[in-house]
Amino acid sequence: MFLKNALRAATALTLVSAAAAQAQTITIATVNNGDMIRMQGYTDQFTEQTGIEVEWVTLEENVLRQRVTTDITTKGGQFDIMTIGMYETPIWGANGWLVPLDDLSAEYDVDDILPAMRNGLSHDGTLYAAPFYGESSMVMYRTDLMEAAGLEMPQAPTWEFIREAAAAMDDPENDINGICLRGKAGWGEGGAFITVTGNSFGARWFDENWTAQFDQPEWSEALNFYVNLMNDYGPEGYATNGFNENLSLFQQGKCGMWIDATVAASFVTNPDDSTVADHVGFALAPNKDGVEKRANWLWAWALAIPAGTQQEDAAKQFIEWATSKDYIELVAENEGWANVPPGARTSLYETPEYQEVPFAQMTLDSINAADPTDPTVDPVPYVGIQFVAIPEFAGIATLVSQEFSAAYAGQQSIEEALEKAQAITTEEMEAAGY
Amino acid sequence: MARAVTPQRKLVNTGVAWAVGLLIFFPILWTILTSFKTEAQAINDPPLFLFFDWTLENYTIVQERSNYMRFLWNSVIIAGGSTILGILIAVPAAWSMAFVPSRRTKDILLWMLSTKMLPAVGVLYPIYLLFIQLGLLDSRAGLVVVLMLINLPIIVWMLYTYFREIPGEILEAARMDGAELRQEILYILTPMAIPGIASTLLLNFILAWNEAFWTLNLTAVDAAPLTAFIASYSSPEGLFFAKLSAASTMAIAPILILGWFSQKQLVRGLTFGAVK
Repeated sequence: MFLKNALRAATALTLVSAAAAQAQTITIATVNNGDMIRMQGYTDQFTEQTGIEVEWVTLEENVLRQRVTTDITTKGGQFDIMTIGMYETPIWGANGWLVPLDDLSAEYDVDDILPAMRNGLSHDGTLYAAPFYGESSMVMYRTDLMEAAGLEMPQAPTWEFIREAAAAMDDPENDINGICLRGKAGWGEGGAFITVTGNSFGARWFDENWTAQFDQPEWSEALNFYVNLMNDYGPEGYATNGFNENLSLFQQGKCGMWIDATVAASFVTNPDDSTVADHVGFALAPNKDGVEKRANWLWAWALAIPAGTQQEDAAKQFIEWATSKDYIELVAENEGWANVPPGARTSLYETPEYQEVPFAQMTLDSINAADPTDPTVDPVPYVGIQFVAIPEFAGIATLVSQEFSAAYAGQQSIEEALEKAQAITTEEMEAAGY
Repeated sequence: MARAVTPQRKLVNTGVAWAVGLLIFFPILWTILTSFKTEAQAINDPPLFLFFDWTLENYTIVQERSNYMRFLWNSVIIAGGSTILGILIAVPAAWSMAFVPSRRTKDILLWMLSTKMLPAVGVLYPIYLLFIQLGLLDSRAGLVVVLMLINLPIIVWMLYTYFREIPGEILEAARMDGAELRQEILYILTPMAIPGIASTLLLNFILAWNEAFWTLNLTAVDAAPLTAFIASYSSPEGLFFAKLSAASTMAIAPILILGWFSQKQLVRGLTFGAVK
């Protein structure tokens, strides 16, 4: 009986799905970040306008990366749009795996995309992914604690000042850490943070001949500074803290400062989730006194079309809709200006209502202060600020960041970690033929 | 004769068993508790145990955002299909290995088990390419076959151990009475091995239900089971632990309930031999 019913249900399901297949449907792979989830809520409007149905495949970031990489390299054709980042876009674009976005409509106004984002999502001047939202990193600090400490945060602080402020705000008795920073292993987690910190101390991953540079004094100085700062004024167990862990600490009022992604600004100033929403100030990411590069990165979550999709036109229509000025206005109307996807379009920052959002200007300044084509003090052969845009980087940087995290946790010395990082990077790069 | 057990010793044993049980169950309990908290309560420090305002908000949101029934149905079909298909192949295989072993049977058994030592990701590309060629990507049929193949060594091994404990003479007697091979397996062997087959079925259903590498990598929309449902609530930039917990609770609930109801069979099948 059960089998009969099951068969009946299966047949019915097949019929239903066959009927649905007649309408045009595009499949989009994406991550579970707040702005993406919001976009899913508005897709009905897109379907109403165009008649194109949208199916979402939402996955965890690392699963998504593996999933879409497998599909695109084998031309599996499972997805018509993929959500990818600034790291993958130029590499995949160069490999011919993505449809160039060089014929977007006039009203889309491609020139309105922030230049930093457009450059980072292009290869050889051709745009391969449209930014849905973009981010840099900046200092978020507690204005009330700063005031109590008798200090004033400059617009562009140095690492020396950050250390001084962390010392002044650190209050173990009241469970307040002077500063919270990422230490978690992973190229996109602690690896990204220590790479930009290295940049701001004058360090770099490779010299112009692709020789690893972890044996240079700048790296040692950056790492020693970071570890001393965190051991003195950071939270316990910081070696396993990533974005989410620090967000949670900051929202509960347990950090004096937090240097991380600009998108966090809308979370920490949201009174529904954050206990310190009214006491958050923003400043540019720091640098070592006298070093011209700051510790701010550049990242975008962008929508790209895999080459070989059968539904290129429908996919383009969706991308134009989701990354348009109209979409931003749609979200602003329904959820307020603080909740629109940030960091993608110049016009957004010219909108008077958006200029009133407390973190808008600092987000823009941080994005503009980041140049992926000139990320370090000394010249480098690569593009990318918190990453090196070569396919080997994700693997290498994950191993290196594991060694660093082990040093943060006190399992090995900083010197040992740097020696291993140098050895790992040299070996992997030689194996890759550099 | 059973050993005499003093009441004190019994008390200690019971206490230890409960403590170990609770320790193992605690992560699941914590997930369930978190699913009834708000996002802010979920990350509260110190953690809130029982005294918070219980809310169903997360379940409502998860229900609205995802088509839970579609994921559930896919999980049932994929886990059920692969288990049944596996048993159909494994019963005759285990019969031949247990009752008419050849010179190479031991080697084959070991070789089968060795396939479990290969990291799945090592064959991701070949399987993916095969699936493209056969048009099986994002289909339940494809996953049924793959999960069956992955669990087959375990099914065969389990059945083989149960069958070995059945005296071959019983089967011989059946043959003497004129039973054909089919009858021998269906009417003599299977009924005697029911507890073993039942626990093999259950264990493999659970393994297939929880399988999260192939089910994530070979599906997109149509065939995505509950593992994909959970994965869609994990976030690198944003705190959604309460919603993730609600999704996880919904995904593990069916298998947890099934496990509870079939506990007796499972334990009996795993600890007792076929004819003891």
